[in-house]
Amino acid sequence: MLNKKSLLLPLLGIALLGCGGDDDKDEMVIPVEPPAPAPMYSYEVTVSNLTYAQPLSPIGIALHKEGNFWQLGEMASTELETLAESGDNSALLALDMVDISVSDSAPLGPGNSITLTVTTEDMMDAKLSLVSMMVNTNDGFSGLNAIDVSALEVGVKLNFKTRAYDSGTEANDEAIGTIPGPADMGEGFNALRNDVDFVAVHPGVVGNDDGLSQSVLNYEHKFDNPLMAVSITRIQ
Amino acid sequence: MKVSIIAALGLITLGMQSAHAASLDIKITNLTQGIYYTPILIAAHSGDNHLFESGMTASTELQMMAEGGNISGLSSMLDSYSADKVENPAAGLLAPAQSTMAMLETSDGNNMLSITAMMLPTNDGFVGLDSWKIPTEVGTYTILLNAYDAGTEANNELILEGSGAPGMLGIPAAPGTGAGMSGSSVTNEETNTMIHIHRGTLGDDDMEGGKSDLNNTVHRWLNPVAKVTVTVK
Repeated sequence: MLNKKSLLLPLLGIALLGCGGDDDKDEMVIPVEPPAPAPMYSYEVTVSNLTYAQPLSPIGIALHKEGNFWQLGEMASTELETLAESGDNSALLALDMVDISVSDSAPLGPGNSITLTVTTEDMMDAKLSLVSMMVNTNDGFSGLNAIDVSALEVGVKLNFKTRAYDSGTEANDEAIGTIPGPADMGEGFNALRNDVDFVAVHPGVVGNDDGLSQSVLNYEHKFDNPLMAVSITRIQ
Repeated sequence: MKVSIIAALGLITLGMQSAHAASLDIKITNLTQGIYYTPILIAAHSGDNHLFESGMTASTELQMMAEGGNISGLSSMLDSYSADKVENPAAGLLAPAQSTMAMLETSDGNNMLSITAMMLPTNDGFVGLDSWKIPTEVGTYTILLNAYDAGTEANNELILEGSGAPGMLGIPAAPGTGAGMSGSSVTNEETNTMIHIHRGTLGDDDMEGGKSDLNNTVHRWLNPVAKVTVTVK
């Protein structure tokens, strides 16, 4: 290595001298190559909804270098609260920490799968996060939290199963008018925080069949972990 | 003569160094939204011993832990196994979604990691890890833990101060908010007396009656209930 460098430096010196001093010695001129197009890196993400009757709000995927959309035991940001209570991922995906993002346009129904692709020019330190709300809950969500994809080779697939989380921002009263999904068509985001105010693993829904008499949910809406199957494949 | 004594001492020192098998940083996170963990017990022991085994009857020592959060019996048991242990790293209750850290130096042959802590409010529920083989390779490993039922007490779901004593029916305490009172009892039977995966608490929405003193929107959980991160140094 050292030897090559020491050879290269005098050669460069000759080349420069050649350019300036002697027009006859054309073969000494180093040709200038056109700049190569910026490389693109693409990740194909396939998501399956594993639940019985919990539609998932439009899947949102972000590439970022630092930060987390949520941290267990920490207070949810207003952007996360908005996603977890209404299913609207736009504020979360618009955070400064996000380099590039993609969102599905429609909810992902139980038993269904979708594939989204996210592409970046900068793979260094790339982390992938994915978010979605279980829409027949008060403030339940699921996803992937800052998965390191910076060293993924083309063609390699990572597989995940996701857990259900509770944003802790809205009490799980399952009351009429509080759940945005088809079970209720109730309210989405509400700035009031009347729950524990930290993110934890979701305790599950109760439903009126299981002892919560005021609940608009029933036996159909119960779920257990895992919530989604997700695979990430680098395709370019 | 002197030289050989020194040489022998040197050998003993070397022997002690090799007997020190692993140095672990252990982080335990309570993943639940509304369940507290009583003092946690962490142990490294040989493959011949266990703090608990699913499908087996709970020891009296495990019963003390699972019904009342008392780890002194299990801790003495570990001493008789020549196990390495950390008692009560959180210095009391580990609240929902909170974490605690511990350092554990293991001796040669103690290559299995086990963890227990009672879950409050439950009758005899505990979070457990039974004999996870400690890797020899340096690195960070994640283990997800489930909730177990010791099978030693009926899950009547009634809160009764002082009921942490083994054999005394009831939930000794309900830290946090949401608990009710004056329930009529969910059940007085525990037909599965082996250690099993906890079926979860029932709870109800009647804070001054109903069957259970627990709250069905606060005191339920889904597995996994804890995350353990082990760093082998």
